[in-house]
Amino acid sequence: MAVTFSLPTVLARLADGRATLEASGRTLGDVVAEIAGRYPRLAPRLRDETGGPYPFVTYYLNDEDIRFRNGFATPVSPGDEITVVAAIAGG
Amino acid sequence: MPTVLDLPSTIVPAGAATPRGPRPLPLVCKLCHAPHPASASATCEECLGPLEPQYDAGRVLPDAATIASRDRSLWRYREWLPFEGKPVVSLDTGFTPLLDSPALARRLGVARAWVKNDAVSHPSLSFKDRVVASALNAALGLGLDTVGCASTGNLANAVAAQAARAGLPAWIFIPHDLELGKVVGTAVYHPHLVRVRGTYDDVNRLCSQVADRFGWGLVNINLRGYYGEGSKTMAFEIAEQLGWRLPTAVVAPMAGGSLLTKLDKGFREFGEAGLVSGAAPRLYGAQASGCAPIVHLVESGDEQVVPVIPNTIARSIAIGNPADGRFAATAIRSTGGWATGVSETALIEGIRLLAETTGVFTETAGGVTVAGALALAQSGKLRPEDEVVLCITGNGLKTVEALQGALPEAPIIAPRLRELEALYGRDL
Repeated sequence: MAVTFSLPTVLARLADGRATLEASGRTLGDVVAEIAGRYPRLAPRLRDETGGPYPFVTYYLNDEDIRFRNGFATPVSPGDEITVVAAIAGG
Repeated sequence: MPTVLDLPSTIVPAGAATPRGPRPLPLVCKLCHAPHPASASATCEECLGPLEPQYDAGRVLPDAATIASRDRSLWRYREWLPFEGKPVVSLDTGFTPLLDSPALARRLGVARAWVKNDAVSHPSLSFKDRVVASALNAALGLGLDTVGCASTGNLANAVAAQAARAGLPAWIFIPHDLELGKVVGTAVYHPHLVRVRGTYDDVNRLCSQVADRFGWGLVNINLRGYYGEGSKTMAFEIAEQLGWRLPTAVVAPMAGGSLLTKLDKGFREFGEAGLVSGAAPRLYGAQASGCAPIVHLVESGDEQVVPVIPNTIARSIAIGNPADGRFAATAIRSTGGWATGVSETALIEGIRLLAETTGVFTETAGGVTVAGALALAQSGKLRPEDEVVLCITGNGLKTVEALQGALPEAPIIAPRLRELEALYGRDL
């Protein structure tokens, strides 16, 4: 069973219009790498030049900001929900 | 596939009603400068950076006398607000008092101290009235028929009140455990009020998804580019009310970091327009120590905010993942200012100090601002020759819980003179 990976509209445009994807991997970083490989135009908006999270998106794993976990090294399990949100919002 | 350059200058969402307000200006990315048409979007399609309105550099700007002759509202500065045409709602917001406070100046050890008193902002008693006035006109100009927000309380009050008056349905999302005054002060206007289990940052994430899904105009999410510009009017008013000059320092509370960023922009715009001269004020930001990610950023010299989980009674500024944190830090650094965190005890003392010296009852965020100013003065950041403005952004009646146990209990007596004399004796 894969994990689900949800994108905001602004990023779904770079994934052939698909707002919800499925992928698999041992860690969140593995999942992001798989999706980045599948959608090369999306890749630079998921990861920065160092391979870390792109600074203007925030990743949530089952509702928790991954910065409070272990970032891309956070383990994922089948059925997990990963949500990507544009970071510039609120206040 | 069209790029943003190929799109019309204003995008009206599918299903939206005919525009009923002023024409919002096009947008431009603050980071990569990619142009975008006017729309209910706050995120650059190229780099995901923040969008800001793009003003016509050649527009005719008013002089001081012209501004002074206009109605006493934030719309007297309309050439610096993001619209073509006249605003249609929230016409009477803004132009709050600037109070000279010699007693506060003495406590701070500075030459002069003024309080910019948005605790009496119209209609909902916080500076959020300014940003909502701008955002609702943008919503109407874009033809949106529903508005809303993610809020720590004050914004909820402002959206609910102004949307009710404008006849717009409002969806308002708040953390489930906000202060009673903030909840009642929203619910009374009969919006769709939703309490979310979690922190403000959880609410904010949900609202990003709500805006994406439903296309509503969430003022601090997808209307954020227009919304934020309203905060500049606090800087404009300070300059005008000081007699078209600038203070040497300004202290403001920080939550998402937008207010401080827009104060910087406002002071610079008035300087560029020739309405004021001299150095821009040093900008100082204050946060509660229990939620101080921007203070940490300024102190560390880093570029990226490290989010925190808020733990403070200053709920209105309890944002652990501030969207404008890096921009606020840049404004602080570029003006020669600084940032400071204050304890819960200190912010309560700050509320009391402002009340006792200035006759203004502020909420917890205002207590943070006053306590922050005291800390900055004690550390030498504020200097004896300084002329300081403290931005008081909200009203104390909204957060009375914070003062429980902090004030002396008043005695109760029978309605007899001898009981009063017995109680107070020679003090009478």
